Amino acid sequence: MDLSFSDAEIAFRDEVRRFLRAELPEDIARKVREGRELAKADYERWQAILQSRGWLAVTWPEAHGGPGWTPVQRHIFEEECARASAPRTVSFGLAMLGPVVIKFGTEAQKAEILPRILDGTDWWCQGYSEPGAGSDLAGLKTRAVRDGDHYVVNGQKTWTTLGQHADRIFCLVRTDPDAPKPQQGISFVLVDLDSPGIEMRPIRLIEGGHEVNEVFFTDVRVPVANRVGEENDGWTIAKYLLTHERTNIAGVGFSVQAFESLLALAREPRRSGRRLIDDALFAARLARVEIDLEAMKITNLRMLADATRNGAPGAESSMLKILGTEIRQAINDLSRRALGPAAAPFPSEDLEGNAALVHPDHSANAARYFNNRKISIYGGSNEVQKNILSKAMLGL
Amino acid sequence: MDFEKTDDRRMLADSLDRWLADAYPIAHRNRVAYEAPFHDPGLWSDLAELGILHALVPEERGGFGGAGFDVLTVFESLGRALNPEPVLPALLAARVLMAAEADLGPLMTGRVRHALAFGEPEAPWDVEAIGTEAAEADGGWTLSGRKSVVYGAQAADRILVVARGGDGLSVFAVDADAAGRTDYGLIDGGGASDLFLDGTPATLVLPDAAEAVRDALDWGRLALCAEAVGAMDAAEDMTLDYMRTRRQFGRAIGSFQALQHRAVEMATEIEQARSITILAAAKMGTPEQSRTVSMAKSLIGRATQLVAEESVQMQGGIAMTWEYPSSHYAKRLTMIDAQLGDADWHLARVMAGLQAA
Repeated sequence: MDLSFSDAEIAFRDEVRRFLRAELPEDIARKVREGRELAKADYERWQAILQSRGWLAVTWPEAHGGPGWTPVQRHIFEEECARASAPRTVSFGLAMLGPVVIKFGTEAQKAEILPRILDGTDWWCQGYSEPGAGSDLAGLKTRAVRDGDHYVVNGQKTWTTLGQHADRIFCLVRTDPDAPKPQQGISFVLVDLDSPGIEMRPIRLIEGGHEVNEVFFTDVRVPVANRVGEENDGWTIAKYLLTHERTNIAGVGFSVQAFESLLALAREPRRSGRRLIDDALFAARLARVEIDLEAMKITNLRMLADATRNGAPGAESSMLKILGTEIRQAINDLSRRALGPAAAPFPSEDLEGNAALVHPDHSANAARYFNNRKISIYGGSNEVQKNILSKAMLGL
Repeated sequence: MDFEKTDDRRMLADSLDRWLADAYPIAHRNRVAYEAPFHDPGLWSDLAELGILHALVPEERGGFGGAGFDVLTVFESLGRALNPEPVLPALLAARVLMAAEADLGPLMTGRVRHALAFGEPEAPWDVEAIGTEAAEADGGWTLSGRKSVVYGAQAADRILVVARGGDGLSVFAVDADAAGRTDYGLIDGGGASDLFLDGTPATLVLPDAAEAVRDALDWGRLALCAEAVGAMDAAEDMTLDYMRTRRQFGRAIGSFQALQHRAVEMATEIEQARSITILAAAKMGTPEQSRTVSMAKSLIGRATQLVAEESVQMQGGIAMTWEYPSSHYAKRLTMIDAQLGDADWHLARVMAGLQAA
C-alpha cells in the first residue's frame, strides 16, 4: 500500500506545473477563475499552445499524435490544469470523436479527420440528444434515408454544447426504423454544419449564458462515406464513445480548485473581526465537504489503479461520476452562500472590475452554481449511473 | 501508487480470516459477546498466538508490524467477523506503553490483558477535561475519580488510567481487582466497566502523558474506522444477498429501483469510507495524523449510521430479529460512532483546522 506518486510521476507533475506557469495565458486563466464565458478564440489559443507541446489529445495513442501517457499521468495533467484554472479542452473532437475514429474509422477517415482536430481546423460538436431522447438515448428519431451515395437526414438534435463555434457535427441517426430493438438500426454519421438544410438555434440556459444549441436537419444530404462503422451498428460506437466521455469523470481537479477558492473567501478578514469561517454552521458545511473531497481523491486513485491494471475503466466510473458531481455541486452551493446578497448581481461586462462589487473575483459564484446543476444531469444522469451500478457492480 | 496489500499483510489477513471463520463463527460470537465476561478467554489466547497483537507493534519494540496499514489489516478482519475480543483496548494500551518504553511482552502474548481508562461521565472523549486525580503517598500513588465505559476493563488484568497528577496528565497502572469496578455487557456485544477510584493504589507508568494519550486515541480511531469498514462490507453483502433472493410481488425485491438506488448510495458511501480509512492509515506518524484520523472518523460515523439503518430497513422484519446476524452488525456499526469521538466531535476538529489558518 503506497499512496504516493513515483519519482518519475512527481517529475512529470513538476514539468506540467512549469509548463502551465510559463504557457497558460493569464487573461484566459482569469476568465476561468472568475467563471466568465470563454470566447472561441480563447479555446483556440489554448489548444494551439497545448498542441505545440504535444499535450492536446491526451487520450490518443502516440501513433496518432497523442502523448502516450499512462492513466496516472493523464490524471496528474488534468488535475494540474484544473488547479491552474486552465480551460477545459473542447472534448467533442479530442475526447469523443478522435478515439471513435481511431477505433472504428477507415484509413481514409483517420487521415482526413484526426489531423484537422489536432491543428484546430475542425471544431466538432455532438448530435446525440433529441427532444424525445435524453436519458433514453436509444429512443432517438432523427432519420437518415439512403439515396444513392448519400443519406438524407431529417430531424432535430439538442443540447449541442458550443455548437455555435463548430464546423462539423457527429450524429446518431436512425437508418432502420423497423429494427426489432431501438438500439439496432442506428448509424453514426459526420455532417458538415454548412450543409444546406441545417439550422442552429441558441438555447439560453438557466444562468443566462449561451452554451448549448438545438440543431434542425431538413433534407440534409450527407455522403455515405461520412458514416463511421457499419450501417445500423452505431449503438456500438455510441457506447464506446460514452466510456471515453467518462475519463476524468470525477473532475477532482475542478473540485479542488473550487474548494481552495472557497476556503480563501471564507478566510477573508472582515470588519467585525469574525471571518465567515469562524461561523460554526458554515465551517461545519465546509469541513464536511472537505472530508468528502479528500475521500474522493483516494477513491479516484484507487479506481485509476484498477483501470491501469485492467486496461479499461469499469462500472466504478459511474460511482466517480456521481461522487464528483455531487461534491462539486456542494462546493458551488457553499461558494454562492458565502457571498450572501453579494451573490445576486447579474454578471455582466458592465460590472467587470467594478469596485462597487464586494467580491469581483467571485461575481459569477451564483451563475456557476446554477450552471453546474447540469453536471448531475449530463453524461448520463446520476440516476442512470445508479441503474448501471446496481446491475454491473451490485448484481441486483 | 499501489493499493494492494503487501504479501505479509495479505498472509496475516488470510490466516486471521480463516481462524475467525473456523473458530469464531457468528453463532459462537453471539453466545459469548452478550454474557460475562463478554468475550471468550480461551479463544483470546489463540488469537494472541496467531500474532495479532504482535502485528500492532513495530519490530524495534518486539512486534512485527505497528504501521497504520497493519492496524487497518487486523481490524478490518475483526470487523468483518464482528469479533468482540478486546483487541482495541490492547492497541490503546500498547501505544501508551510504547511511549513509556515499557516491556510489551506480556501484552503481546495475550497473557496480561490490558485496558486504557480515559473517558469520564462528563468527559467521554476530551483528554483535556479529565478530572480523575492522582496523589503521591508513601512513595507510591493513589487515584480518585470515576472512569466510565472502559472498553475491555471487565476482562482486563491491568488497567492503565489517565489522571491528573505527576506532571500534568499522567498514566498510572491499576490492578484490575484493586479498582472498584462495575462490569457490564454492551448493547452491541463485548464488555466494559465503570471504575470507581477512591484512593486506589497505583503505579506511575508515564508522566506528562497528554501527547502520548492523544496519539494512542488516534491509533484507536484508525482501528475503529477499519473495523467499521470490515463490518460495513459484511452488512452490505448480507443486504445484497437478501435483495437478490427475497421475493415479493412476484419478483426479487432487488429489482425495485427504489431499493436499487439506495443500495448504490450505501455502496458508494462504503467506498468513500474505505478510501478515507486508507488515507488515515497512510498518515499515521506524520504531522497530518490527527486531522486525517478525524476526517476518517467523522465520515465513518456518517457511513456506519447509513449502512446500519439501511441494512435493517431494506431487509425488513427479519433484520429486526436477534437471530439474524445482520441485526448485530447494525448495532455494532451504530455504536462504533460513540467510541473515541463521534462524527460531530471529529467534524469540529476538522473545522478547527480550517479555522486555524
